Amino acid sequence: MLEQSPKLIHAFGALAELGQEVANKNNFQETIRTSLHLLSGALGIMRGGVARYSRYGRELNMLAVRGLGDDFPLSLSVCVEDERQFLTNGLNAIDAHAARVLPFFQVYATSFERRRIELFVPLIIRDEIVGGLFLGEKATGEGYSSYEKEIICAMGRHIGVAISQRNLLAEIERHSEENRKLFDDLRRTYADTVKAFATAIDCKDKYTEGHSVRVGKYTELIATELEWSPEQIEGAATAGYLHDVGKLTVERKIINAPYRINAKESAELNKHPTVGFEILQAIHHPYTDVPLAAKYHHERLDGRGYPDGLYDREIPYIAKVVNLADSFDAMTTDRPYKARRPAIDVVDDLRRNAGKQFAPELVVAFLRGVLRELKSETKDRRFRRLLGREYMEAEGLMPAISDALNELEPTTTLTYIAEHATELRTEVAEGRTSL
Amino acid sequence: MTENLSFDTAPAVEPASGPTKTVVVAGDYLNKLTGEKIERECKDKIDAGAREIVVDFSQTDIINSIGISILLGVIDNAQMAGAKVVFADLKPESAELFDMLGLTKHVTIQ
Repeated sequence: MLEQSPKLIHAFGALAELGQEVANKNNFQETIRTSLHLLSGALGIMRGGVARYSRYGRELNMLAVRGLGDDFPLSLSVCVEDERQFLTNGLNAIDAHAARVLPFFQVYATSFERRRIELFVPLIIRDEIVGGLFLGEKATGEGYSSYEKEIICAMGRHIGVAISQRNLLAEIERHSEENRKLFDDLRRTYADTVKAFATAIDCKDKYTEGHSVRVGKYTELIATELEWSPEQIEGAATAGYLHDVGKLTVERKIINAPYRINAKESAELNKHPTVGFEILQAIHHPYTDVPLAAKYHHERLDGRGYPDGLYDREIPYIAKVVNLADSFDAMTTDRPYKARRPAIDVVDDLRRNAGKQFAPELVVAFLRGVLRELKSETKDRRFRRLLGREYMEAEGLMPAISDALNELEPTTTLTYIAEHATELRTEVAEGRTSL
Repeated sequence: MTENLSFDTAPAVEPASGPTKTVVVAGDYLNKLTGEKIERECKDKIDAGAREIVVDFSQTDIINSIGISILLGVIDNAQMAGAKVVFADLKPESAELFDMLGLTKHVTIQ
């Protein structure tokens, strides 16, 4: 053994380098190529290859080869009997000549002999075949000693771990991709169901046909103007589509009354937010605010809304968004007892009611969106599609919106200052901002 | 002691006497990076008709396992093409390593 010491030291150096290479998480192909170099160089092996095992195809696919030539198969089939024998053998070197009883060594005998493959090492990690090493003759021309086989197996374990890790990673990536596709499918199904529901709600009311769908779209537009995340925008649109779901339980004759309804009928109709909340609360939505939007979309900042007469900050934000979208659609569509209002009147209504019924910053965001479209600052024609070209091109609409924005934007700033007074004081004191 | 202290010296191919002989100078550290360059150069020269490849180790202090593997590749390529490989100016420790691993059985030492 003493005379073998320099060989051992050299081989252990290679083993240490291999451990480092596998742990370094470099490019997988490069790691395998380097591993084969290290293994060949450690023991002076003239030629060889590293293969990865595919359980599904039952084949060993070459990942790296050295000196095996173009005619050596890059994919080698393994039968059930071979697989069983390899697993029984474990991660130990198999003498290719002595193992001729196995179909694997019979099928590829010619290739192995031509390239003088002497050893095959099945790479078995956690009782699974993950790959294999094909090793040709040594440069010395001598056979492999038992300690050399031990070194090969030790290095093989490292290579096996690298392949196994790569397989695991690929599996995780595959599962993650599958989950993403499933999630997308579910989301699409949910969105389609929501739209179908909105259409069903609208069918009940022949005079306000398409109302829920439009409120969904206006809510989405406001959320987009507010620069919410794509998920938040989707959630806001859903809240808009479903805000009137409670109307499904209100008698059709009340909803479709071609006159201004009386107090009793009004009380009946006014139950729809609470009923809507109860319906939606029973469903597990991907967006948490959907039932709240249905319940509070008739609340007003000044506390004069229903069902609970909440004030400004007590009202969930999404309900304020839906409220604006809902009111805007009510004003801009024909009702049985009232024709749609001219665009300039609607802008005036929004301006006057900002801070009373509507959150001012939402009115600003909404009007800003309309104005950008009017000024052709965006290619989108979303408002035009919902309101009609003629309505959008009403004379004096653009200046009316500009005036309203000039009036409302300082209010928004003041509201912001009031809401962030403490933080702003600190920022001003530290010179990080100025008022 | 070599004059070049860089551990990443690129191999140099020098024209040698006769059209079928090529001298490849190995750097001071024969590892994957430099080794693969040598292997590529040697293969190109053999493909171009060289029948004798001389690897000059006069500057080479360290050869790791990857370097050995690459030299085995050079030998294998040369043998398949019927070319001769010569290792020149080997340091004693490199010669010992090549001998131990059997490389010297396939090359001429100068």
